Amino acid sequence: MEYVNLFVRSIFIENMIFAYFLGMCSYLAVSKTVKTAVGLGAAVIFVLGITVPINFLLDQYLLRPGALEWLNPEYAYIDLSFLSFIMFIAVIASMVQLVEMIVEKFAPALYGALGIFLPLIAVNCAILGGSLFMQQKSFDAVSEAITYGLGSGVGWFLAILAIAAIREKIAYSNVPAPLKGLGITFIITGLMAIGFMSFMGIEI
Amino acid sequence: MAKEISATSEEKEAKKKEMILFLSNTAEREHFLSKNNRKLLSDPLNDNNPITVQVLGICSALAITVQLEPAIVMALAVTAVMAFSNMIVSILRNLIPNRIRIIVQLIIVASLVILVDQVLKAYAYDVSKQLSVFVGLIITNCIIMGRLEAFALGNGVYKSFLDGIGNAAGYGIILIIVAFFRELLGSGKLFGFEVLGHKAATMAESTGLYSFGYENNGLMLLSPMALIIVGILIWVQRARNRKLIEQN
Repeated sequence: MEYVNLFVRSIFIENMIFAYFLGMCSYLAVSKTVKTAVGLGAAVIFVLGITVPINFLLDQYLLRPGALEWLNPEYAYIDLSFLSFIMFIAVIASMVQLVEMIVEKFAPALYGALGIFLPLIAVNCAILGGSLFMQQKSFDAVSEAITYGLGSGVGWFLAILAIAAIREKIAYSNVPAPLKGLGITFIITGLMAIGFMSFMGIEI
Repeated sequence: MAKEISATSEEKEAKKKEMILFLSNTAEREHFLSKNNRKLLSDPLNDNNPITVQVLGICSALAITVQLEPAIVMALAVTAVMAFSNMIVSILRNLIPNRIRIIVQLIIVASLVILVDQVLKAYAYDVSKQLSVFVGLIITNCIIMGRLEAFALGNGVYKSFLDGIGNAAGYGIILIIVAFFRELLGSGKLFGFEVLGHKAATMAESTGLYSFGYENNGLMLLSPMALIIVGILIWVQRARNRKLIEQN
């Protein structure tokens, strides 16, 4: 039950886009059609689901204050947490590269669908944000980290899918010229975020 | 004898070449703040603003605009990271292999962000607590990667430095405008000072605007309003600067 709660929380209440604005750049750039939005969204779920648990283990056994105790009790005073940014981003960049190669080798169809989006993801704020929030939440077990990673990925996917569907329709509406394109997308995202706030306080 | 002559003529040739090189160098060398260099600084403020025109760097920007102070600190942090990462990548631009350039850039930016984070923790602990993960998210701020890819990899050191400062200023200005409106309308304060008067429990005890029954707009403190304010800013900017309007 705890996991369902965490999962739902990370999708709806702490939605990466509507609550924290993470991954807005690709969210705005790749949401012109539903098809590409689905591709990028799937890639984000995939990469978040992999990198958050890996970074959790890294944080648990290497970075947090006293984490090196498992090596030798004398290392208990060592605090490497200042290295977390560079470690996380290195893990993310290399994982993205690795995932790209594995998918290309074993699932060419999936690669065809995700292909061009995978390299983009290394610099998607939502991915690094997932790891940093994971560190801030100080989970107890790796399964919680997996749930959180997948949940925030699904939340991001839902958000980009929704805005892409709306943008496909809004192309036919009569929007004031200076507001066309980017401006109206911002305002719609704001309104959607207000809608998502109604999920606040839900607990399962 | 003939050999000697040819040697001296070769020498002369070499000297001539050197002279030409020297002259062309000085001819190409621009004034410290020439028109082109000033354009690098001023362009991102309006015509080529990173947020409202290039659509880069919105990611971590808007969550920290509830108050002016963290917004300004964030703008300064981004300026420092951008100017120096642009400079470093520009110095190394001929050494970085093309295939792994993204990882190299990420590592350079990440090291700079660690420096900024440690400085903030040491000298502005409260603000650094408020910014929480968003300092770390400067690493993946698209505007930094975008400028590294688009500018620093192809331009000289000084120009890249200026480009970094210009773009960070364009980003910071949007951040500060949004934070100004959100703090003023949301909590009636600027930098934590009650500029609209003091709000007490009853109208009679309140001062300033609040004594006329003015109320703060609590919605402004919530994250969605940041998006809507940026939307309105884009509207205003494009209405004044018609050439930025999108066609489709």
